[in-house]
Amino acid sequence: MNALASPVAGDTLPETLFSVPGIRCAGCIAKLEDGLPRTPGIVSARVNFTAKRVTLTHLPELQMPALQQAISALGFEAQPLGSALPAEDGRSGDLLRAVAVAGFAAMNIMLLSVSVWSGAEGATRDLFHWLSAGIALPAIAFAGRPFFKSAWNALRHGRTNMDVPISIGVILASALSLFETIVHGPHAYFDGAVMLLFFLLTGRWLDSVMRDRARDGVTALLKHTPAGALVIDTDGRSSWLDVSALEPGMTMLVAAGERLAADGVVAEGQSRIDLALLTGESKPVDVATGDRVHAGTLNLDAPVRIKVLATGEDTVIADIARLMDQAAQSRSRYVRIADRAARLYAPAVHTLAAASFIGWMIAGAGWHQSLLIAVAVLIITCPCALGLAVPAAQIVAAGALMRSGILVKDGSALERLAEADRVLFDKTGTLTLGRPEPVDLSALRPEQKSVALALARSSRHPLSEALRRALEREGVAPSYLTDIREVAGTGVSANFGLKHVALRRPDGVVPEDCLATTLAIDGEVSATILFSDQIRPAAHETVGKLAELGLPATIISGDRAAAVAPVARALGLTAQTGMLPQDKLDTIARLKARGEKVLMVGDGLNDGPALAAGHVSMAPGSASDAGQIAADAIFLGDSLAPVATAIRAARATQKVVRQNFAMAIGYNVVAVPLAIMGLATPLIAALAMSGSSLIVVANALRLRSAAK
Amino acid sequence: MSGIAVLIPIALLLGLGGLFAFFWSLQSGQYEDLDGASLRILIDDDRPQEDER
Repeated sequence: MNALASPVAGDTLPETLFSVPGIRCAGCIAKLEDGLPRTPGIVSARVNFTAKRVTLTHLPELQMPALQQAISALGFEAQPLGSALPAEDGRSGDLLRAVAVAGFAAMNIMLLSVSVWSGAEGATRDLFHWLSAGIALPAIAFAGRPFFKSAWNALRHGRTNMDVPISIGVILASALSLFETIVHGPHAYFDGAVMLLFFLLTGRWLDSVMRDRARDGVTALLKHTPAGALVIDTDGRSSWLDVSALEPGMTMLVAAGERLAADGVVAEGQSRIDLALLTGESKPVDVATGDRVHAGTLNLDAPVRIKVLATGEDTVIADIARLMDQAAQSRSRYVRIADRAARLYAPAVHTLAAASFIGWMIAGAGWHQSLLIAVAVLIITCPCALGLAVPAAQIVAAGALMRSGILVKDGSALERLAEADRVLFDKTGTLTLGRPEPVDLSALRPEQKSVALALARSSRHPLSEALRRALEREGVAPSYLTDIREVAGTGVSANFGLKHVALRRPDGVVPEDCLATTLAIDGEVSATILFSDQIRPAAHETVGKLAELGLPATIISGDRAAAVAPVARALGLTAQTGMLPQDKLDTIARLKARGEKVLMVGDGLNDGPALAAGHVSMAPGSASDAGQIAADAIFLGDSLAPVATAIRAARATQKVVRQNFAMAIGYNVVAVPLAIMGLATPLIAALAMSGSSLIVVANALRLRSAAK
Repeated sequence: MSGIAVLIPIALLLGLGGLFAFFWSLQSGQYEDLDGASLRILIDDDRPQEDER
């Protein structure tokens, strides 16, 4: 059984996870959940609409291709989610639990505090303080852990971050409040401490929800190719093996339109291989018996048998992955804006609190009174609005971007997008669509179009699919054909009434950089349809808009100069051509050394290291898995316009974040003097804290239309 | 004072009840597919079920 299924123990059946991006409506859910169990061997199917996933429970005999076939028989495209699926971390869930506990505690303590503020005295006040302590201390111990852990980590390494003043504030406040409660004091800060945790945890949780949501979106896009291959053993039997189970010496059968799962040599058959994802080269390469082929490339024409030479760690893909890892390390040094603020903020807060303690001691207030005031300063200055300001703005902006088809992976990506001042574009698949599109269909007569559509529909060849998409867009109705046959490497043929019709290899010479197919109908002049890789819609406007935003663009491509030139001319850009992944990295390093912040836009495997090295990076939804994993943001659809939209939205977000910071500081300017003077009662602290948080969140909500 | 002795435990218990209900719903995966849940009510499952789900 394949490695994706859970081990078969006793009567537990294996479960296999598929990504089905085509789930769009309630009908699709019903169709999949009712339809799939009708396939013999499939026990049940469960759809997760949000993540666009289907979980199949099936008998162990059923293998990957059969399961995929069952889903596609219902009219859905399915991709197996390989073992590459990032482990579901329970971080969001843990945070949500902490938010719930903090929220519960904050509400109940507030209930008790209100009566204290309204004048409860003596035994009643003591009872209420004790009750508050009973709720607050366990709640703080539980809900405060994320902050305590992170603060402890920072301190142990001799650094300080936002969590240090938070932890010190919360711990000091609860300890002092407990002391106050024991000595029957008038003020306890349990409400402040718990409310602070509640607001800050909400910010943390929003941040993590945003990351999860984008990750689910990206996982749904990942093709996880090649998740495995059909391997033929010595007896000629074929079985589906997961990519991790492939070994050198095996023979795999790669159908037309499939990606190779491992490096190898062609053992039998001839075909053309599309290297675009690996090298950026747009022209397919002819391969025949004895030629070397690489994992991740696409077999275009005919099924071939390939003898596996290298797998996993030894493939060219793995080399690129290693380059990518190294490149990504430079980016991990980026410090998020909230942490940068905290570096200035934390020492200031601690100094202020310490100064007010010493000041009041000198003034002769006694250590108890002085400590009380110092804690009030800590609580008041605690970066409640700061902790909420950044995530609230970023999640609203990311939500707006997601609605317009841009998945931003995390908040720091938005910050870095706003800073970019230079764009580098890859060519194949980034500025262009990266797939063949019919150049001109207007020469075909309506009848020819109908026949062509009917023929194209019955083949999985990439050119057939491109033709089908283009004709369906035009609203052509297919003709009725009989006796449809597909001969791999030759074409599709059928009978149309009494005539023989075929979509086959092109007659005559095909122009450079074009692919072609010939439509032959008996008794008529055959028509040759040319295909080429077209520039993305809105590419020209986007380049113009980026220049207006202060981001000059250039092309860095792995393709030949002759292939890049037309695109560069059409968009008015300069280009560097024939670049290897290492060359792209060097270019970015050079620009970086000049102090430029590069936005890298690319799609291929060969762009992976460059995407990881750029200050920030974007990839189209059609990009390779490696490209999508390395990129900070992914845009869906054919148009290039989202690149400019993302920059504008990121800058708007940054503006709101700065406004929020300004407000948080403004509030401190008012509240801190009160606290230092010893006038900040728990009531004032609570009002100030919730007031500033509400204002900050309201300001962030203005970003809802940021991606328009 | 006797009012408080009754009302405060009631308030706290109600709050705790809500908290545990939330934990339970989180644990049983009710937040995993929020968009799907809103669509499932539209599925017409009047016809007899031939398979158990």
